[in-house]
Amino acid sequence: MARLTSNRRTALATALAAFSVIVVACGSSGSRQGMASNVTSTTAPSATSAGATVTGGLDVFAAASLTGAFSSAKTGLMRANPELDLTYNFAGSNALVTQIQQGAPADVFASADQTNMNKLVTAGLVETPVTFARNKLEIAVAPGNPKHISSLADLAHPGVSVVLEAEGVPAGDYTRSVLSSHHITVSPMSLETDVKAALAKVTSGEADATVVYVTDVRAAGRSVAGVSIPDSLQPDIGYPIAVVKATRNHRAAQAFVDSAVSGEVQEALEAAGFLPPH
Amino acid sequence: MVLAAGAVVIIVLPLIGLLARVSWSTLWSELSAHDAYVALRLSLETSLGALAIALVVGLPLAWVLARRRFPGRSVLRGLVTLPMVLPPVVGGIALLYAFGRRGVAGQLIYHLTGWRFVFNTSGAMLAEAFVSMPFLIVTAEAAFRSMDRRGEEAAATLGAGPAYRFRRVTLPAVAPALAAGAALTWARALGEFGATITFAGNLPGATQTTPLLIYLDIESGHEATALALSLVLLVVSLAVLVGLRDRWLGSP
Repeated sequence: MARLTSNRRTALATALAAFSVIVVACGSSGSRQGMASNVTSTTAPSATSAGATVTGGLDVFAAASLTGAFSSAKTGLMRANPELDLTYNFAGSNALVTQIQQGAPADVFASADQTNMNKLVTAGLVETPVTFARNKLEIAVAPGNPKHISSLADLAHPGVSVVLEAEGVPAGDYTRSVLSSHHITVSPMSLETDVKAALAKVTSGEADATVVYVTDVRAAGRSVAGVSIPDSLQPDIGYPIAVVKATRNHRAAQAFVDSAVSGEVQEALEAAGFLPPH
Repeated sequence: MVLAAGAVVIIVLPLIGLLARVSWSTLWSELSAHDAYVALRLSLETSLGALAIALVVGLPLAWVLARRRFPGRSVLRGLVTLPMVLPPVVGGIALLYAFGRRGVAGQLIYHLTGWRFVFNTSGAMLAEAFVSMPFLIVTAEAAFRSMDRRGEEAAATLGAGPAYRFRRVTLPAVAPALAAGAALTWARALGEFGATITFAGNLPGATQTTPLLIYLDIESGHEATALALSLVLLVVSLAVLVGLRDRWLGSP
């Protein structure tokens, strides 16, 4: 973790206190165990009775754009909760929805748009979602921007080979809605399954440009250059997160969701370039 | 016996599961919907194109491997059968490094002619040819090797040139084996997914072959379309197997 400013230390203590409120009675095997309370932080008084850290298995299904932030949050979470077995499944939000509908063992679902989350809400498969992050779109091009792309309109230029994300993938849908509402016609050469696949087409030199999130451009470092899209063109991108009703570790699932809204995971999100939820 | 039954279950149960979930009443409307129809037509085009590539360059290679001795022959034979066992997505990545815009050969081709395989139907054809050609080469080589040479020798003594002999004596002699090899090659090309999506991309009408559309439909919850298309490919695969049953599954 980075240097702990006093703000961050308070946030961290709040997160750990939230975890320590929870007395975990069952691990992934489903057996009940009584846990002795074990306060893991004493820097701030907790309003509730101290409890044990979070334990057991936790499968978080998250949109591909959350890969970097969630992965970097894992270190801190595992250190604070050594008996937590946290695994991630990153993919396009629509692919994850299908997996959960088919019964894949997810405890938490973090989507890149409301549309996909709503499919699970309507099907009664998740608890009430809460928005935990916001993001912005950005054009990703080869380093040095050899095709001199400066705006979304440039993507319509015939000499530029563009890839976008497929139908149902949030980044693709957001991009298409912005393009159509500004009457820009882009003919993509390929429709990729998630932002990372689209970005890979640019980093490998096959495509000249794609549209992903600012966080993806940042995560790609020097292998891509970013061309920003003005705020006036940005769609309203809110990431909802929810506990999956079929979870077998509700306490850990809820703790993760809480941490994503304001806790360790939220810090990792902001460090990666996500905007806070409000 | 129990173990043998286990093998049957592993292979047959998924097929039964597929058939059980197909929506028979909406089958035709699913298949004639625009995306599905385009994907089926494209798959037919690319798989036949891949077969043509395999025949044009694969047959001569099979003949050379069967009839000519040269240092490194067994190594070459091993290399050309590699795509049969290579994970398809690895094949796709390898194709990118060879024929992509920054690839070893792709770069040259792009600079000289402006032609690109990636995002192009030719890329889908190339990916399918890469994974299916070994089937043709292996079958053809075995046929060339095991055929009765006396017909060729007789033709030679009667004054027939090499090209004539190949066309009128050799090819007819291996035709049945070749037909079987071609059927397998075509079926393999039709079903290719990993190399296509990695190398050629995914665009309806250009590179979105049927297996790619099935994958995307399942991913986005369009189960009925995915099942309908899967049924088509299943029927085609069964037809190929039934057609080949004596040659492939029976005694040689």
